[in-house]
This record gives sequence, C-alpha cells and structure tokens, in this order.
Amino acid sequence: MTFRDRTTNVDALRSWRGDVEADYIYTTGVAGERFFTELRDTGRILAAHCEACERTYLPPRMYCEKCLGPLSDWRPVRGPATVEAVTIASVDAHGNRPPEPEVWAVLRWRGIHGGLVHRLAVPPKQAKPGLKVHPVLRPAGSRVGNITDILYFAP
Amino acid sequence: MTAKEVRWPGKELTAKEFYNKVTVTRYRPEAKFAWSAGEAMSRFLAELQRGRLIARSCSSCKRVLFPPRMFCEECFRPTDAWVYVRDTGTIETYSISYIDLDAKRIETPVYVGVVSVDGASPKMGIMHYFGEVAPETIRIGLRVKAEWKPAHEREGSVLDIRYWRPLRRGE
Amino acid sequence: MRKVACIGAGMTLFRRRLQETPKEMCWEAARMALDQAGLEIGDVDAVVFGSAPDAFDGIHMKGENVLDACGGIGRPYVRVFTGGGTGVFSPIAAYWHVASGLFDCVLVVNEEKMSSCQPHPQSVFGHIWDPILDRPLKPNLVWIFAMEMNRYMTVHNVRYEDVAAVAVKNKRNAVGHPCAQLADPHITVEDVMNSEVMAWPVHRLDISPPSDGASALVVCSEEFARTHRIESPVWFAGVGWNIDTTFWTDRDLYFPEYLANAAKIAYKQARITDPRRQIDFAEPYDPFDYKELHHMEGLGLCKKGEAPRLTREGVTQRDGDLPTCPSGGLLGVGNPIAATMGIKVGELYLQLSGQAGQRQIPHEVRTGVTNAWGDLMQFSSVVVMRA
Ligand SMILES: [Zn+2]
Ligand SMILES: [Zn+2]
Repeated sequence: MTFRDRTTNVDALRSWRGDVEADYIYTTGVAGERFFTELRDTGRILAAHCEACERTYLPPRMYCEKCLGPLSDWRPVRGPATVEAVTIASVDAHGNRPPEPEVWAVLRWRGIHGGLVHRLAVPPKQAKPGLKVHPVLRPAGSRVGNITDILYFAP
Repeated sequence: MTAKEVRWPGKELTAKEFYNKVTVTRYRPEAKFAWSAGEAMSRFLAELQRGRLIARSCSSCKRVLFPPRMFCEECFRPTDAWVYVRDTGTIETYSISYIDLDAKRIETPVYVGVVSVDGASPKMGIMHYFGEVAPETIRIGLRVKAEWKPAHEREGSVLDIRYWRPLRRGE
Repeated sequence: MRKVACIGAGMTLFRRRLQETPKEMCWEAARMALDQAGLEIGDVDAVVFGSAPDAFDGIHMKGENVLDACGGIGRPYVRVFTGGGTGVFSPIAAYWHVASGLFDCVLVVNEEKMSSCQPHPQSVFGHIWDPILDRPLKPNLVWIFAMEMNRYMTVHNVRYEDVAAVAVKNKRNAVGHPCAQLADPHITVEDVMNSEVMAWPVHRLDISPPSDGASALVVCSEEFARTHRIESPVWFAGVGWNIDTTFWTDRDLYFPEYLANAAKIAYKQARITDPRRQIDFAEPYDPFDYKELHHMEGLGLCKKGEAPRLTREGVTQRDGDLPTCPSGGLLGVGNPIAATMGIKVGELYLQLSGQAGQRQIPHEVRTGVTNAWGDLMQFSSVVVMRA
C-alpha cells in the first residue's frame, strides 16, 4: 500500500531549515583534572596503574576497566612513544583542504595500555609505524590544561 | 547504600569552580539541517500561505486528522482525501510563559496553548500563540479564531498565523 | 519466566555540577552497587545502560562512551532509551535479560550529566519539538508541562495549594537522603506559591532541578541470589510500559492514559486487582509536583481527580497510609533524568529490604510501585516490587 495522493509537481514539495544549536563545557573529570594539571604545570604525561590486573592506563582513569577497582597508583610514562599507525589528512573536519596535509598518529608507550592520538611533525613520506617520537609542548606558562598543550610529536 | 554508608561518591563543583577553576574543554557543534516537509506538511504549508487550514480524512475510522498526515495511525492504512477545516477553534489548555527557549526571563509574557480546530475530529489541534487576551480573560473552553498575517507577508509557515484571538460577535 | 531479584544499588550525589565525567559517574555508581551486593564485575554476565538524549552530556552515542566504566567491555552490553522514562525502563530491560533465562546476573547503570549543556539544559530540549509545527514558535519545554498541569487542574477543579503541597512533602522527605540536592526541612506551601512564575501555572519550586548524577542496580535470578547467599533480595513482581501518540495535541492531557495502560500490564503480572489496597507505597515520577498527582491517578492508586485530596489529608506522607516519594523524589533529591532510577526502582529496593535508613517507612511495607515518564511526554514505564 502507498499514499493515496502523491505530489507530482516537485516545486510544491517544501523543506524547512533550522540549526540545532548547542554549546558545551565538559569537565575533564577527577582523573582528567590530575592528568591535565600535571601536563600544564610540569609537562609530564601521567598514567594510572592497576596492581591487580598489572595494567597501566593512558589516558589515566580513576577505575580499572577490567576489574572495576579504583586506581590510585599514578606514574609518568617513560621513554619515547612509538608510532603505531598513521593517517595523512588531506581534508579537515569541515571538508576543506588545508594548505599542507596533516599527519596524525596513534602513539603507544612500552608497558602502557592505551595511548594517545596526536599530530606528528614529520613529512608525510617519513610518517611510518615504528617511528620513535617525543611530545613537544607549548612553553610552560602558556599551557592551559588541555590536550592541545601538546603541540605535536616529533622524532 | 545502607544506613552505615558514610561516603557517597560525587565531587560537587560550585559555579565559580566550574567556570573558572577546573580544567575543561569547550565545544560548539555546528549542525545545520534542511528537513524535507514530505507530502502532508508540504500541502499544509502551502495552504497556510493561502490562509487556509487543511486536514486529511480516513474513510475507515471516519476521523478528520489535523495536522494532516498521509497515514492513519489507528487504522494503519493510507488516509483518503484532503479536507479543509475552519480557522476557528477552542482553547483546550494554555500557559502564560515568562521564559524563553533558553529558560531566560522575558518581560512580556507569551500566551501559548493547544487549540482544537473546528471541522477536525474532537481534540485534534495544534500548539500556537494566543493574542488579544489577558490573564483574566483567557480560559480553557474559550472560542478563538486565527489572526492571519496579510497575504503578502505569508511564507508557508505556522507563523503565517500571528496568534489565535477570541471570537468576535457574529463570527 | 524466571523470578528476578534486585540485590544491590548504588548512586552518586545528585548535584547541579559534578566534576566527574560521565564515565566516572557511571563507575562510582556501578562500583557502589557491586560492593553492596558483595560482588565483583566478574560475577556479572551482561550490562544494561540507560541515559536520556545525548544532547545533555553533549557526547553523541554516550552509551558507547561510558561502557568501560559500566563493566561493558567484553560483555553483552546494550543501551536502552525511552527518554525520561529510561529511569524505570532500563531495570525492566535488565529484568527481561534475566527472566528470559539468557543471563543470571545483570548490572544496570544509568547516567546523566546535564551541566555540560550551556547556558541551560533546557536549550537542547528545543530539539525534541517538531521542526515544522512547533519549533518556529520557539517553545520552552516547560510549556508542555504548564499546559498539562492547567488542563488537569481545570478538569478536576484542583486548587494550586494542593499541588504545591507535593513539592513541600518531597523536598522535606529528601532531608533523609544523603544524595539530595534540594532537601529543605522548612519549606512551606507559601514558599512554593510565591516562587517566581516560569510558565503559568508552573512556578520555579514546582519543578525538579537539572542535575548531574548516576545510579546502578544489580539484578539476578533466584538461583544466583541463593548460591551467592544474598540476604534480602527484593523481587520484581510485575513490569509494564506503554506509549501514546506523537501528536500530543491530539490527546486530552488531563489523564495519562499511557500510564494506565502500562500499569495494567504490570498489575496483571503481579496479580494486583485493587492497587489502592494491595500496594503499600509508591514512587510515582515527580519531575513536577502535579506529575506525582497525575501519576498516582494513572497508576490507579486513587480515582481520577482524587490525588490532591489524599495529599491534603496526609495520606501520602511517609507515615501515612499510602506513602508516596519517601525518597524525596526528583523534586527533593534531583533530576539527572535516567539516573533517577536510584530514587525510583532503587528506593523500592531499599525500602523493601529495610535499608532506607532515615527514610524508612515506619510501618511494614511489602509491595511498592514506581513509574517513570518520558519520550515525548507520552510514555510510561512501571515496575512493581515485593519484599
Ligand atoms: Zn584492574
Ligand atoms: Zn483511520
């Protein structure tokens, strides 16, 4: 069965326009507050360790996702990060082409569960898995406690 | 959760802490839409622009469905014909609003409510504004008539009706 | 179908603003419910998550965002959604997980973080209205409640002070709740009546506050409760849900027909033929004071139009013959939409297992009913529980 009347004149069909307006402020949370204030104030990247499961989480969280126990053992990540996967972004979030393609990567640290996604400051051709990189931060004093306090990762 | 519990989780923030102290991220989504009005609403909007209200009838349950729809949700079959309904009706319920969309106070209150439309099945109507009323004169059961915008200002919108106002003598 | 029990409950503080992220709130409530039941996440077979529209938290698909905090990793995990009705609907989903025989132990976690939404959570409520018929009028959500309250009061000739008395009772009851946001031992009917008018006849104190919060329940089979030596399980006696037309302007707002239909399903299962006599207390959904009255009538706890009189006569006080909202309700404890599970089904569990502390109803109660209300204000979910 279908509708008994159908519009055959397409000009008679209408549409209605509107924006879905919304504005948000997200707290970084109990674990996020500690992670981001540490990054802002000392430049260190902290992870949280679960003794029972022998897992260290990055980004750190207040609970272990495996045993649902609380996490209180926090420690800075050590050594360089390893590039696990890369993508070369030729279009931005709005579908526009940036002047230069951007290199983005999944970054992991030895002995750490999880990792970070961030920009990589290397030419697209050199962006390969296995690359060892370090974070490059905004200068102390201009950091605000946000993931963009890390400008990018570089070899 | 027993009476012997002492610590309840949750770290309360004051407005000052929330807006000025703790680390936060901000985000404003940009979501823009164009909704297809579809069969029933396209005709409904076109008729509004002509200064008329239109409904659909269902030959099975004999209801006149307003606002119009292409299917009868009770009989679960297509509706059968276009039917004009009148631009007069009855206030089913109303409110006098002192707040806007964002819950901010407004100076001049807005009269808003549901009007059931003459010619449609009982209780069938729309939400709209009321005008030429006061807190003392508006009431449930009041008979009202659509106050249309002049033809050249109408654009095929529910706002082509400015508001519904009390019936005048002889209407 | 198998017998199903509730054996643990947890919840966070309900507050205007919490620092915790949605995940963190979920974990705090889930951890507390597991601790209370004496279980670990390894004992849980499946997880149900409940939350109202994503637009409050501002995280699209938030069920996926929070699943690690709910113990969802590597388990059958599902989000259920019936808008404001979710608070009582997700326990129903947990119920059918267990009653069906598919799972023995299910963790239910509900969460809402409304403070993320600026300048006020009411702004995004604008998006639930029909874009063509309603949105051009720039409606505030309170309008629909105001119109329903006016219709209800007009049809039954209800006095405003009898409606305001519900807000007073619930905010006073909330004094005994450790998570309460708006408990007030001294509030009077005059305070409510003199609070500023939002959308007449709704005044500021007729409305529950927007809140951040999470709650959790542990639900299990009879055999699981026995083998784990659970001391005071509380049983699901009946569940039901029902929804009315999206064209809310098509129905008479004076009576919640959808709730009467949902209650009928739950009462049939619970073998309740005379709710007023067979039910000892109720946690009707009370985001607005008139809604408690509306819902008492929809639940068949009194005749249509009779709830204001019962309230006036003190029948619904905690020590009355039919205590309603002994938790303090949404009006007193707060309204983190789906997380109100903690003061609806959660309160039935605590009252019926004798763990409600200061809020414990002074006489013996064996059967309780609760409901939540939501979707586009035309849906209700109902749970009946027995000790
Ligand atoms: Zn662990
Ligand atoms: Zn029909």
